[in-house]
Amino acid sequence: MKQTPFTDIHRSLGAKLVDFAGYEMPVQYSGIIEEHLAVRNAVGVFDVSHMGEFEVSGKDALAFLQKTTINDVSKLSDGKVQYSAMCYEEGGIVDDLLVYNLGSKYLLVVNASNIQKDFEWLKSHVFGDVQLVDVSDRTALLAVQGPRSLPTLQKLTNVRLADIPYYNFVKGSIAGVPAIISRTGYTGELGYELYFDAQKQTAEIVWKAIFETGKEFGIMPVGLGARDTLRLEMGFCLYGNDIDKTTNPLEASLGWITKLEKGEFVGRGSLLKAKESGLSRRLVGLTLPDKMLARHGYAITTNGSTIGQVTSGTFSPSLQHGIALGYVAKEYASVGATVNVQVRGKDVPATIVKVPFIQQEKS
Amino acid sequence: MNFPNDLKYTKEHEWIRIDGDTGVIGITEYAQGELGDVVFVELPAVGAKLAQGKTFGTIEAVKAVSDLYAPISGEVVEINKDLQATPELVNKEPYGKGWMVKVKLSNMGETSGLLDAEAYKKLIGK
Repeated sequence: MKQTPFTDIHRSLGAKLVDFAGYEMPVQYSGIIEEHLAVRNAVGVFDVSHMGEFEVSGKDALAFLQKTTINDVSKLSDGKVQYSAMCYEEGGIVDDLLVYNLGSKYLLVVNASNIQKDFEWLKSHVFGDVQLVDVSDRTALLAVQGPRSLPTLQKLTNVRLADIPYYNFVKGSIAGVPAIISRTGYTGELGYELYFDAQKQTAEIVWKAIFETGKEFGIMPVGLGARDTLRLEMGFCLYGNDIDKTTNPLEASLGWITKLEKGEFVGRGSLLKAKESGLSRRLVGLTLPDKMLARHGYAITTNGSTIGQVTSGTFSPSLQHGIALGYVAKEYASVGATVNVQVRGKDVPATIVKVPFIQQEKS
Repeated sequence: MNFPNDLKYTKEHEWIRIDGDTGVIGITEYAQGELGDVVFVELPAVGAKLAQGKTFGTIEAVKAVSDLYAPISGEVVEINKDLQATPELVNKEPYGKGWMVKVKLSNMGETSGLLDAEAYKKLIGK
């Protein structure tokens, strides 16, 4: 199993470590609910160094990314970040990703479980003057998230963090270590993602400094378990659960990143056709008021017939009941409608709701 | 990790504290740790009949759902109603306030198939 520069720290903190996408990763430290609430109310730190990072450079880098990603990279100026996806010719999703414009090159951030697949897929579409380099192994990534993330990090950098707008980044340093400081995250909270060298000694300096300055705010390490409950409360998709090769971005409510008018890109023809003929299903949010939780794969029914499937489900620590995402046939996918989720052979009523499930204060 | 000597255990990580012809059932400290934060516990009604080795309820943790298996056959005479509002008792006091059901045993002979603390510890590698 691969390790991150922080694996020894996780072990010393008593984290429960599991194999995730071939990496030994912390699923929880003190408990998912406590860690979840630390991020919502104070500040938490996630080691997400298992994520993949590719650098794209060369004269044709922009044209290459316009062809391989579905958002409009021509709108992405230096210092900005863009949420996007890569699609197959048939319209299914290869992966969702972040694209950074670093000025002289682009940085793509992909899911850990898809690193190899994405790299091969991108490589197969390279043309002209494009250099594509996998820098995953030399990149450490910490996500510092929560309302107290700003004061925690501000003591460690000269960059004025309050001046970085959402989905923008600054090249600076944290605790003396050069880093990309990105105003992004997967939690819906004010937060920053820090990319820096994966050399273990320097990476540990960053971790320790953050926990020192965050101490007064009750900073906690947060595992993959709470990362999942936090993203699900926001209705954010997880590749492998809510989106994959068999789902297209339009039905996954990712129409806002699907720029069909930007020009040709891989999958555009299929997506145009899907849009014209009308989507057959939609990804919707579901709340389950009863003491039952929906899980990935559970059937969604109405009047005894199956109309869809749950793709992600959990207990919401903020709302104290079950929440889920799932695909529902278009004619049933209206907000406010009541459907059933089949939980161990029982029909459990669920309501289709707008996502995010929780309303965060604009920060 | 604690595995009291006065309890009997199952391979599915339940414990039973037998007192005369009744037994109190819960899940072990190891099981609650593996499950993580427990958010709902679904228990049978008083009067329900449990059969040894068969499921009698479910336990929902944030990350996963798990069945509960009866260590022994018998009739449910009491359920822990506190778990309705405070399921986290299963995490905090797995052998105390986190108990689940009390049963009247219907076949005392079944106890011979249960594990003692030493055998259970060996099973989970502790």
